[in-house]
Amino acid sequence: MPYGSHTADDRARMLETIGIASVDELFEAIPEALRAGPLRLDGPEPELELSARLAGLAARNRVDLASFLGAGAYRHWTPAVVDQMLLRGEWYTAYTPYQPEVSQGTLQSIYEYQSMLAELTGLDVVSASHYDGGAATAEAALMTCRATRRERILVSRAVHPHYRQTLETYASGAGLAAEEVPLVADGPLAGTTDLVALARLLDDPARPVAGVVAAQPNVLGLLEDMPEIGRLAHAAGALFVGVIEPVSLAVLAPPGEYGADIAAGEGQPLGIPLQYGGPYLGIVACTDPLVRQIPGRLVGQTSDLDGRRAFVMTMRAREQDIRREKAASNICTNQALLALAASIYLATIGPHGLRDVAAGGAARAAELEAALAAAGAPRMHAGAYLNEFVVRVPDARGVHARLLDRGVLAGIPTADLLPDEPALSDGLLVCATEVTTSAEIGQFASALRAELAAAPVAGGAR
Amino acid sequence: MVPGDLRYTKEHEWIRVEGDEAVIGITQHAADQLGDIVFVELPGAGRTLEAMATFGVVESVKAVSDLFAPVSGEVIGANDALAGAPEVVNTDPYGDGWMLRIRLADPGQVDDLLDAAAYDALIAEG
Repeated sequence: MPYGSHTADDRARMLETIGIASVDELFEAIPEALRAGPLRLDGPEPELELSARLAGLAARNRVDLASFLGAGAYRHWTPAVVDQMLLRGEWYTAYTPYQPEVSQGTLQSIYEYQSMLAELTGLDVVSASHYDGGAATAEAALMTCRATRRERILVSRAVHPHYRQTLETYASGAGLAAEEVPLVADGPLAGTTDLVALARLLDDPARPVAGVVAAQPNVLGLLEDMPEIGRLAHAAGALFVGVIEPVSLAVLAPPGEYGADIAAGEGQPLGIPLQYGGPYLGIVACTDPLVRQIPGRLVGQTSDLDGRRAFVMTMRAREQDIRREKAASNICTNQALLALAASIYLATIGPHGLRDVAAGGAARAAELEAALAAAGAPRMHAGAYLNEFVVRVPDARGVHARLLDRGVLAGIPTADLLPDEPALSDGLLVCATEVTTSAEIGQFASALRAELAAAPVAGGAR
Repeated sequence: MVPGDLRYTKEHEWIRVEGDEAVIGITQHAADQLGDIVFVELPGAGRTLEAMATFGVVESVKAVSDLFAPVSGEVIGANDALAGAPEVVNTDPYGDGWMLRIRLADPGQVDDLLDAAAYDALIAEG
């Protein structure tokens, strides 16, 4: 499609109309250090040479590592049919047309995504869709404020720190207060949300809470007492947001069963490859009474004049293109292509396949736990986990760096992930999924054993 | 012709004063302009309304519009029947399609609203 950009004259007239001298003035609110500098690009190269140079750059990526990194993004096997279907040109449109019903195929794909995610979460309504788990969690928190007309959100510190930061940014922009619920420091419940502290934070009639946000599994891989968190929230008149990892829902109780009003989470594990910075897929689901508060599009099924099955954009009147500044969300874009990838993945492997993926990861993780404990790095927490957990390693950062030289990506040091938790300073958060092999586990364990043997005794002189 | 016993806002709400209480809804003109109404979101009893501030929303198949309080007051009750049958706002906006019953904070505010003739003139302008 031919596209004429603004001419220099157009720009000059627009700048004059709004009374500024340069486009840069529009960005003055952004701190200087965060602004993009000029792109310094080399001159044009022949395609052959450019291709060779890009291949050289790509070769600097470490793809040889045995990876045990999770922390919110997970390696899974994606059946070839997912990409084969996804790469069809029919899907490659950035936008749902303004008269969406002309694109029945697009609407049907969104409808199927909603239906499968509703089944997985055990909730009534699923929107399609959001940028990523962080944006989805923030949107869910804002929903609780709109629905309760309250302005205070409690979020567990066991929710992924990136999600909490996103939530904090959204909340501060909307004039809402987001407060964190601490973790239990030690004992059998160490690493999980402190329910005593939660109850205390909820017990403040002068500052009623709109919503409580907790993750299952939490950012340390541990399972939370979600029914109890929900009970405490509801007793205080607050709504309960469960932050989900979708594959785990094949074996764990879904949010709809443990009393969550809203579920939010990252859809990447559903057939979406690991990519630095995305694009990923934000999932938001809710109960029927909250349907008017959910941002994003909702597609419904109906019948046309001839009685044939058809799909419609059932609810979009509260979106930004219609309701402007009073929209349910200021994010009007969805991730339809990635929602489609998740749909194809789920439809391909089916409910039993998804259970195999989740259970396979849990079995690999149990194998990993035993191997690491035998190598001298026992688990740090006593609570139940699914496929991700923290092991205690002295000088975790140093060990993590040296293990890279031995071809092992040993998860992430908990001191980097959660620097504000002193109890976690000597830990590595590690993860296994169905693609983790016994050979990789063996490589990790023997490399770790060697590192721990080489390291000075904790507290001893170097 | 709009009902003569009601007062109106420029935002197309009507109000019927009954002693120190009043009933609020939207006009037939507003309902016609919105099209098929599918949802009405109203405040609960006890909420305080401020004149010309928004108190709720009405959603049709094509738009979501704010509802403006004609006068200040306290909500006594909302029309719960609209939750299951919002289309009544289209079919009977001045009767079963009423939205709120309020206790007036300042009955004098009603005098500032449009009467039927003035509201008729307003919608005739388009």
